[in-house]
Amino acid sequence: MQMNMVSAINNALDLILQENPDVVLLGEDIGKDGGVFRVTDGLQAKYGEGRVMDTPLAESGIIGSSIGMALAGMHPIPEVQFAGFMYLAFNQLVSHAARYRSRTRSTMTVPMIVRTPVSGGVRALEHHSENPEALYAHVGGLIVVEPSGPYNAKGLLIKASRMQDPVVFLEPTKLYRLLKEDVPDGAYEVPIGKAKVVKEGSAMTIVTYGVMVPAVKDVVEQKGTDAEIIDLQTINPLDRDTIIDSVKKTTKLMIVHEAQESFGVGAEVAAIAAEKAIYELEAPVTRVAAPSLPYPMPGYEKYYTPTANKISAAIDKLMSS
Amino acid sequence: MLEQAFEGIVDYLQIMDENGNVDSSSLPKDLTDAKILDMYKYMIYARALDAKLLSLQRQGRAATYAPLIGEEATQVGSVFALRKQDYFVPNFRQHAVFLVRGFPLDTFFIYWKGYEDGGEIPKDFDATPVSIPVATQLPHAAGIAFAQKYKKKDAAVLAYVGDGGTSEGDFYEALNFAGVWKVPLVVLIENNQWAISVPRSKQTAAQTLAQKGIAAGVNGIQVDGNDVLAVYKATSDAIANASQGPTLIECVTYRMSMHTTADDPTKYRSDADVAVWQKRDPIARVKTYLTKKGIWNDDMEKQVADQQLKTIDAALAKAEQFKPDPKSMFENVYSFIPPVLKEEEDEGVASNFWQ
Repeated sequence: MQMNMVSAINNALDLILQENPDVVLLGEDIGKDGGVFRVTDGLQAKYGEGRVMDTPLAESGIIGSSIGMALAGMHPIPEVQFAGFMYLAFNQLVSHAARYRSRTRSTMTVPMIVRTPVSGGVRALEHHSENPEALYAHVGGLIVVEPSGPYNAKGLLIKASRMQDPVVFLEPTKLYRLLKEDVPDGAYEVPIGKAKVVKEGSAMTIVTYGVMVPAVKDVVEQKGTDAEIIDLQTINPLDRDTIIDSVKKTTKLMIVHEAQESFGVGAEVAAIAAEKAIYELEAPVTRVAAPSLPYPMPGYEKYYTPTANKISAAIDKLMSS
Repeated sequence: MLEQAFEGIVDYLQIMDENGNVDSSSLPKDLTDAKILDMYKYMIYARALDAKLLSLQRQGRAATYAPLIGEEATQVGSVFALRKQDYFVPNFRQHAVFLVRGFPLDTFFIYWKGYEDGGEIPKDFDATPVSIPVATQLPHAAGIAFAQKYKKKDAAVLAYVGDGGTSEGDFYEALNFAGVWKVPLVVLIENNQWAISVPRSKQTAAQTLAQKGIAAGVNGIQVDGNDVLAVYKATSDAIANASQGPTLIECVTYRMSMHTTADDPTKYRSDADVAVWQKRDPIARVKTYLTKKGIWNDDMEKQVADQQLKTIDAALAKAEQFKPDPKSMFENVYSFIPPVLKEEEDEGVASNFWQ
């Protein structure tokens, strides 16, 4: 069935609630309102207020109580309304969700999926366009997933619901309704920890994820570049083998993400290439990302995010080097 | 809109005064002398365990340690009120709570020697491990209480926090969530007057810490935290009411020793301050009571204390046999071992840096 990302995630949550009676959804405005992006629309009507709950407006409380539910044998799926408000729960994620398994030598675990919208491009107010993936990816013990379309959003979410780990599930707002894909009706899994080669090529490797995947695909298609495009899908743990194999084949590496360049995911990818494939590289690694400053208000957005022109120019430069 | 003025009430409860006199009108029926004696034995047991760990730390045989001396009544009285099916959620000073609930003492020592292996929680031991970031364990307690209600279990959750912890956002968020959800949670404030060097008077302008529950619609009571009978009664009542929703209990006690072994309290408080509380010792008053009743004497105490010390020493001897396995660091991060961790582990094994 053709679905956009909102419908695909809603459908995944529906199937997860059906499959596992220990799953509850909780968050601000997710009940009657169906969430500010309508991702949970209709689920409270179907499963009741006992399983799809509006919570008080307190992010640390939402994540902290979800951790407690998980410790007591449930599998909560909390939603934080925007990633820009999740810093209030950062302590709970870093100090507890990430550490419970190691702290107790696996005798207590935190099976939980924290869903939150990320990235810009929707002319939102300040704090509504954050790209915090590197902050979470830097925390051992957390899994960080970022889908790029309806199909992998549904499959990754279902996979996460069947794991006994805390998963930070970042949903690019711009992609919620941008495109439709053919999505199977039933449950299926997209593996976590595996990148996907979304387009094969031999002239260069472009590693990207989330909101930038459709953008990169469009530019490459328009230019007719023979680039191999890798969609990371999971940020941490990173699928290093897929990246290295591709770089060894194409000998050139570009990383594209909407988050700021300094200390970003691209830096990790570049470091891995330097460690594992330096002798195969025939050109300096290129990063196309945002400048090292806070995500601006929408008036300045086009000067900040990697635009098609910026990606295109970077491809030309790397092709000729 | 208020139809009439809102008035919050915080009661104060003491059953046994510092001289061991008991107000029998407020003594719960189930608090028999046999039970009081049992609590007393655990209080001296906890003090002995505390002394042992402090001495181990001073000899370099344990990592940084947070002593509990002075807070035995608060901990023993509250945990004695738990039923078999109930949970507890500690902060980092609730050693007597672990002791009363039967946590394996050798595992306890392994924790305080500085190994995560000491955080292994036995199956069916309904508790979370030591939680260090102040008050962050309280939202977990609210979530665990939620899960009891969700799974229709008749179990309550007893969570601990210090006086300093009541200034944290998570303290209020947990009470607020628990209040809205009406979940079976008892939050017990171990008000020992000191958050490291900051006294209770600088922590808040509120007259009591118990009244902080009122804003969240959660009833609060203040008790003499050095009176094991009062603590027991307040906690029992809260557990009995848990199906109706959460309760906040403030136990007024005193941290007789340092915050942790890394702290030197002489820098910020005087011996005279401490001396006042020496007279209110939670153990001495119970001993006076039991001795007057003719059911306890020094010989009996010596016998019990010797036995306790033997158990402590045996557990310690077992803990000292523990050999850390660095591979356990890599293998308990996720439900699977990601390639990057496997590679880092293999590098460690292949190198001689772990020798």
